[in-house]
Amino acid sequence: MSRAEALPGRGRWLLPLFGNEVVTVFRRWRTLVLLGVLAAVPVLIGVAVRIETRDGGSVGPRGDGQGPAFLSQVTNNGLFLVFAALAATLPFFLPMAVGVVAGDSVAGEANSGTLRYLLVAPAGRSRLLLAKFTATMVFCLAATLVVAVSALVVGVLLFPLGEVTLISGTTVSFGEGLLRGLLIAGVVALSLVGIASLGLFVSTLTGSGIAAMATTVGVVITVQILDQFPQLHAIQPYLFPHYWMGFADLLRDPVYPDQIWRNLGLQGLYAGVFGSAAWARFTSKDVLA
Amino acid sequence: MIETAGLTKRYRGGQLAVDGLDLVVPRGSVFGFLGPNGSGKTTTIRMLMGLIEPTSGVARVLGEPMPRAVGRVLPRVGALIEGPALYGFLSGHDNLVRFDAADPTADPRTRAARIGAALERVGLTAAAGKKARAYSLGMKQRLGLAAALLRPRELLVLDEPTNGLDPQGMREIRALVRELAEDGTTVFLSSHLLDEIEQVCTHVAVMAQGRLLTQGTVRELAASVTGRLAVGTPDTAEAVRVLKEHGVNDLTVRGERVTGELPGTGDLAELNAALVRAGVRVRAFGAERVSLEDAFVALTGEGFDVAG
Repeated sequence: MSRAEALPGRGRWLLPLFGNEVVTVFRRWRTLVLLGVLAAVPVLIGVAVRIETRDGGSVGPRGDGQGPAFLSQVTNNGLFLVFAALAATLPFFLPMAVGVVAGDSVAGEANSGTLRYLLVAPAGRSRLLLAKFTATMVFCLAATLVVAVSALVVGVLLFPLGEVTLISGTTVSFGEGLLRGLLIAGVVALSLVGIASLGLFVSTLTGSGIAAMATTVGVVITVQILDQFPQLHAIQPYLFPHYWMGFADLLRDPVYPDQIWRNLGLQGLYAGVFGSAAWARFTSKDVLA
Repeated sequence: MIETAGLTKRYRGGQLAVDGLDLVVPRGSVFGFLGPNGSGKTTTIRMLMGLIEPTSGVARVLGEPMPRAVGRVLPRVGALIEGPALYGFLSGHDNLVRFDAADPTADPRTRAARIGAALERVGLTAAAGKKARAYSLGMKQRLGLAAALLRPRELLVLDEPTNGLDPQGMREIRALVRELAEDGTTVFLSSHLLDEIEQVCTHVAVMAQGRLLTQGTVRELAASVTGRLAVGTPDTAEAVRVLKEHGVNDLTVRGERVTGELPGTGDLAELNAALVRAGVRVRAFGAERVSLEDAFVALTGEGFDVAG
């Protein structure tokens, strides 16, 4: 025992619990089902576009630019299915999946009673919360990559590939297009940090996993609706999804990063505010379940 | 090992769950924490384990204040609180991996060996690969115990460890508790079962409605209640007369059995001789053993019911 007590360095301190937390999250059936649904979205979009354009027509009744983002370019270049799929899942599918995982993270364990055993292990409340937060971040990245990779595979299978024509009209090589796609996936994953932090905070408020999940998903929907009303323009820059679609600017030449920085700043702000709130709540909470 | 002074917990609704508890658990004891359901036992244990903050008063575990020293104290304490709680989608073995990974002072290099030993100890080696969802209640209880035994512990806190088990399972758990106590581990065992405490514990504290009624060794507690003299005889009327003559009070007859207060002085053998001299046919004679139940009833002045 004395040998073990002499050990913990910074990495040793968090790493085993963090690793175990990630494994535990991904071994839940619910997580796998969520990822499965996310993987199915690009397949549906790809197949639908393929069927609709079988006779050489274009997507949507009026063609160019009127359909969902990037959809019209998919037939020319399968890589655009990655951008189209991310643009389609970012408003609801991705944040809802993250809301489910984040909302359940603490409340679900309180609900099943395993939280008390983790705490008497003793996991340490700050340490446990940090492990939960990082594991949720890993899920954000994994969920985004599942969409992107599934879209890439479907795009390669159903559509031609080649040089990528950017929004600004310039043409770049397929390799650079792929690199920009990866960058976009990274930005999309980081876009989910805000809702993940909020979900984690909600999760510390209740002992019911279902209630926390429902609340977090409800917040996503409400905020997305609020972001549509022009009358609310004064508060909209502070809503977490407000700059989400800014990732498209990575497809300009030169890249116009203003919106992306704002988005990342806003996500950081949410992480700071709700992360602190979750910490304050969780470290002082009576664990009764 | 455990010491509390004026430990009090009032829940948000205003309900006073634990009221001014002064508890002393000596090192090396098997300490029975007895009380009906709802008497504040689990709330006390939650405060001792740093899960909830006391409203007032102090609790010290292994000499350190709780919940402040949770990180230093709890690696040396194994606990089973309010029944087992497991991850149903993980195997028994993987449940233990998770709980061990949660302890920052546990050495990952010895993890596999320690988990194997803990599973062996509770007899779950064969079922280690099965999903915990498929475990019976008894197996879950044992896996919970295995989690408490992942490392050598100075103190084991077991909250109702035999709850929901069949008699065979109860015997096994009690045998395990005795075995652990013989190894020098202090065991703090809460229960609402009197005979369980009587069978395994050296010390006992009795709670009712959030208050501590008494604490001490099991023997002291039993001795604090005066036993009764019991005489088994078909000649009850004659026996009552003789006993009354010899100053035995509070005589009652039930069937072929006469009981009365034990006389403070004098030899019981003399009393027996007097009965026989008077021609009373004595079938059985002696001081009744005082059970914890008698002590409890004497303390609370009531039956062992759930507090309302």
